[in-house]
Amino acid sequence: MRILVALIRHPSGRIGALIIALYLVVAVLGAFGITPHNALKQFPIDRLKPPSGTYWFGTDLLGRDTASRLMLGIGQSFVIAFASVALATLAGTIIGLLAAWWSGVWDGVLMRLMDVFLAFPAILLALLIIAIVGPGTFTSVAAIAIVYTPIFARVVRGPALSLKQRDFVDAARTFGSSQWFVLTRHLLLNLVAPLTVQITLALAWALLTEAGLSFLGLGTQPPAPSLGVMLADSKNLMQHAPWLMLFPGLTIMLGILGFNLTGDALRDILDPRTQRRSA
Amino acid sequence: MSPLLTVENLRVGFGADPRANEVVKGVSFALEVGKTLAIVGESGSGKSVTALSVNRLVDFGGGRITGGRILLHRAAGPLDVTAAGDAEMETVRGRDIGMIFQEPMTSLNPVHTVGEQIEEAFGISRGLRGAEAARAAKEALERVRIPDAAARLKYYPHQLSGGMRQRVMIAMVIAGNPRLLIADEPTTALDVTVQAQIMALLAELRRETAMSMIFITHDIGLVAGIADEVMVMQNGVAVEQGELSAVLDHPQHEYTQHLLQAVPHFENGAAARRDDDGPRKAPIVSVDNLVVRFPVGSGLFRKPGAVHAVDGVDFDLAPGETLAIVGESGSGKSTTARAILGLVKAARGRIEAKSGRSRRPLQMVFQDPFASLNPRLDVEALLAEPAIANGQRVDAALRERMRFLLGKVGLGDDALTRYPHQFSGGQRQRLCIARALMLNPDVVVLDEAVSALDVSVQARVLDLLIDLQHEFGLAYLFISHDMAVVERIAHRIAVMYAGQIVEIGDAAAVLATPQHSYTRRLIAAVPAIERRKQQFAVDATQVPSLVRPAGFEPPPARWREAGADHRVRVED
Repeated sequence: MRILVALIRHPSGRIGALIIALYLVVAVLGAFGITPHNALKQFPIDRLKPPSGTYWFGTDLLGRDTASRLMLGIGQSFVIAFASVALATLAGTIIGLLAAWWSGVWDGVLMRLMDVFLAFPAILLALLIIAIVGPGTFTSVAAIAIVYTPIFARVVRGPALSLKQRDFVDAARTFGSSQWFVLTRHLLLNLVAPLTVQITLALAWALLTEAGLSFLGLGTQPPAPSLGVMLADSKNLMQHAPWLMLFPGLTIMLGILGFNLTGDALRDILDPRTQRRSA
Repeated sequence: MSPLLTVENLRVGFGADPRANEVVKGVSFALEVGKTLAIVGESGSGKSVTALSVNRLVDFGGGRITGGRILLHRAAGPLDVTAAGDAEMETVRGRDIGMIFQEPMTSLNPVHTVGEQIEEAFGISRGLRGAEAARAAKEALERVRIPDAAARLKYYPHQLSGGMRQRVMIAMVIAGNPRLLIADEPTTALDVTVQAQIMALLAELRRETAMSMIFITHDIGLVAGIADEVMVMQNGVAVEQGELSAVLDHPQHEYTQHLLQAVPHFENGAAARRDDDGPRKAPIVSVDNLVVRFPVGSGLFRKPGAVHAVDGVDFDLAPGETLAIVGESGSGKSTTARAILGLVKAARGRIEAKSGRSRRPLQMVFQDPFASLNPRLDVEALLAEPAIANGQRVDAALRERMRFLLGKVGLGDDALTRYPHQFSGGQRQRLCIARALMLNPDVVVLDEAVSALDVSVQARVLDLLIDLQHEFGLAYLFISHDMAVVERIAHRIAVMYAGQIVEIGDAAAVLATPQHSYTRRLIAAVPAIERRKQQFAVDATQVPSLVRPAGFEPPPARWREAGADHRVRVED
C-alpha cells in the first residue's frame, strides 16, 4: 500500500501505473465480451474500413473490428506475460536461493546451467523450445518462463549470498531456527524489493517476446486475436490499411513503456538509499 | 603566537535546503601555529563536518557552508576559505592543509603500490620526479617509522596491516609539508596497541615539524596525550572549548562532565567487580583444547595451509560469572565465541555446555546492532523467532514474556509493533539482548556487544547487562578489545593473542599484575585521561602471521601459576 502511494507520487511512476491500469481495465472488459463489436465476427461489407465513428480503429481484411480485437489481444498478451513471469519468478527465486544457500558445488552447477540459458538471445531460445514442443498458448507461457528464469536466479542469488552472511542469519542459527524459516523470513523477505523491480521489467520483456512469437506464428494461434498476430496480419496491407499496423504497434509500445516506467519508479522507491528518507 | 586558522561562526547545512538542515550551527575557534586542537563529540555532533569545512571537502559530501568565515593565514595574507574558488582550494589542499581519514584501506588506491602513491604526492606538492621522488618516498616512510622502508615501497595496500596503511597515509600527507594536518578519527579503525603507536607517531611528527593539527575523535580519553586545546561538540554546537587541562580537570558544561564520566576509565584492576558470591561453582561451559582452522591456498600452485584462527584454547565458565576474552583483531576471540555456538566448525576440541534451564542454554548478542536484526520484521516477529524455533506458539503468554523482557531492557510495550530502523543503535542492542533472553538461557555470549555504541550509551548498556546478570543469574562470555570496558564487567579475564590464550585469571589480578608481555602492551596502550603526562615510545611490533603450512602443530603450551586464580603462558 505504501509502495502504491509512493508510486503514484513518483512523476514517471504515475504515468506507468496509469497505463498499466488502463490496459488491465481494457483487458477485463474484453474478457467479459464488453467490446464495441464482436471481435471474432466478420463483417464482409465493412472490409478494410479506415478508423471511423463505428469502427474506432478501422477493420481488417475480413471485416473484423480492430478496436475489439485489440481489447482481446491485450488480454491474451497480458495473460501470457503475467503467467510466464510468475513461473519465471518462482523457478528463478528457488534456483537462486538454493544456489546461494548451498553454495559450493551446487552453486556452480546451478549458475553455470543458468549461464547456458542466458547465452542464447531470448527470442531464439523461445523459438527453439516452441520448435521442439509445438506452438500454442501454454507452450508460449512455458517458453517465455524458461527464457527469463536465469535472470531471476541471478537477481536473487547475489543479494541472497550477502544476506546469508549477515548477523541476523547467524543469530537465527543460534536460536535453532529451521532452514525454511531462515530462507523465507530472513532471505526472501529482504529480496522483495529487488524482485518487485525485476518482475515489472520482466513483464515488459515478456509482452514483447509474446508479441514476437505470435508475429512469427508460433504463439497465439488464429483466429484468437493477439497483438503479435494482428501485427503479422497487417504486414501485407501496410500501404492500403496502415491503421492495421499502427494500432497494434502503438499498443505494444505503450504497454512496454508503462511497465518500464513503473519498473524504473519502483527501483527509485525501493532503493535503500532513498528509502530511509521516506521512512 | 601567530594564528594559523580562524573560524568565525561557521554554519554548515546539507540537502536541498541547507539552511533548514544545519549540522553545524555557529562554531568559532582559532588555531595557532604548532598547536593541536582536538574536536570531541559523539556521532552526529558535527565534529567531522566542522573539520571538513576547513578544507572545503564538505562540498563533495553534499554539504554547503551557509554562514560564517574560515580564515587561513598564509604568507600572502589571509584567505577566506568559504569564498575561495575550486582552483584556489586545490592550492590549499595537500600543501597548506593535509588530511588523514578513519579507514586507511579505502583512502589508498588498491591498484598502485604504496611507493607510487607517495611518489605521486611528492610529484604534486614539490614537483619531484623519478629517482628523486623515489628517494623522497623512502625517506617519508622512514619518517613514519616503517621498518625496512625500501622494500615496503613495492607493497600494495592490501599487503600491509591497518596500522602500516595509516602510516603510509601519514607519509603521503607530510609529503606536502602541510602547515595544518586534519586527522579525522585516524585510529578508530585500528587496534588499541596500533592506536597507541599511531598516536605516539603523530605526537613525534608534530614536535619535529611544528605543524598544527586538528584531531577529531569520539574518545575523550584519547585527546589527553596529543591536544593543546579541546573543543567539545554536541548537536552542531561547541558546548565547551578551552585549554586541555582546564577542560579535562574542570569541565564546565554538563555534557563535557557527562562525557568524562561516561568514558570508561581504566584503573588497572582497581575498578574490577567484586560481587562474587563465595567459591566458584561447577562450570556450566567448559572448553577444552579448542582448535579452529580455515584452509587457505588450495590452488594448483600454492602450498596448502591453514589459518590457525584458534589454536588450543581451554577455559571454564561458571554460572553467574563473566569471563571476558580480550584481544585485538585477528586474535581469534570472536572465532572462539562463534565456535562455542556452533557457527563455525571446530577442527578439534571439546565444548561442553550443561543443559540448564532451557534446551538452548547458550545465546549470543552480536557487535553490530544494525546487522543483527532483520530490517523487514517488526519487534514482535523478531522476539518471537527464538520461541518459534523451539516449537512454541505465538500466544498471549509469549507476548507477556516479550513485554516483560522489553521492560527489563528499558523499552516500552509500544516497541512491539515497531521496526528496527525506528530505534537508535543503543535501543537496538537492547532489543538484541531481550531477544537473546527469550529462551531463558544460562549463558549469553556478548561479541563486542557494546563496541559499536557511543560512550554514554555504552555505559548504560553495561549497567543493564550487570543488572540482568544479577536478576537472571546469567553467565557472560564477554568478547572485547576494550580493556576499560572489560574491567567494568568481568570477574575473570582471558587474554588472547594469535589464536591462543596467553594469560587467564581473576580480573583484578590480571589487570593489576599483568604477567605476559602482550598483556602488558595491551594495558599500556589503553588511552586514559589520567596518563596524559606519560610519553610513549614509538614501537612497530606486528602480530605474527597465523597462516601455517599443512600439518603444522604448535608446540604444547607451558603454563606457570602467578596466583590463586591466575595462569600465564610461558614465553619462549
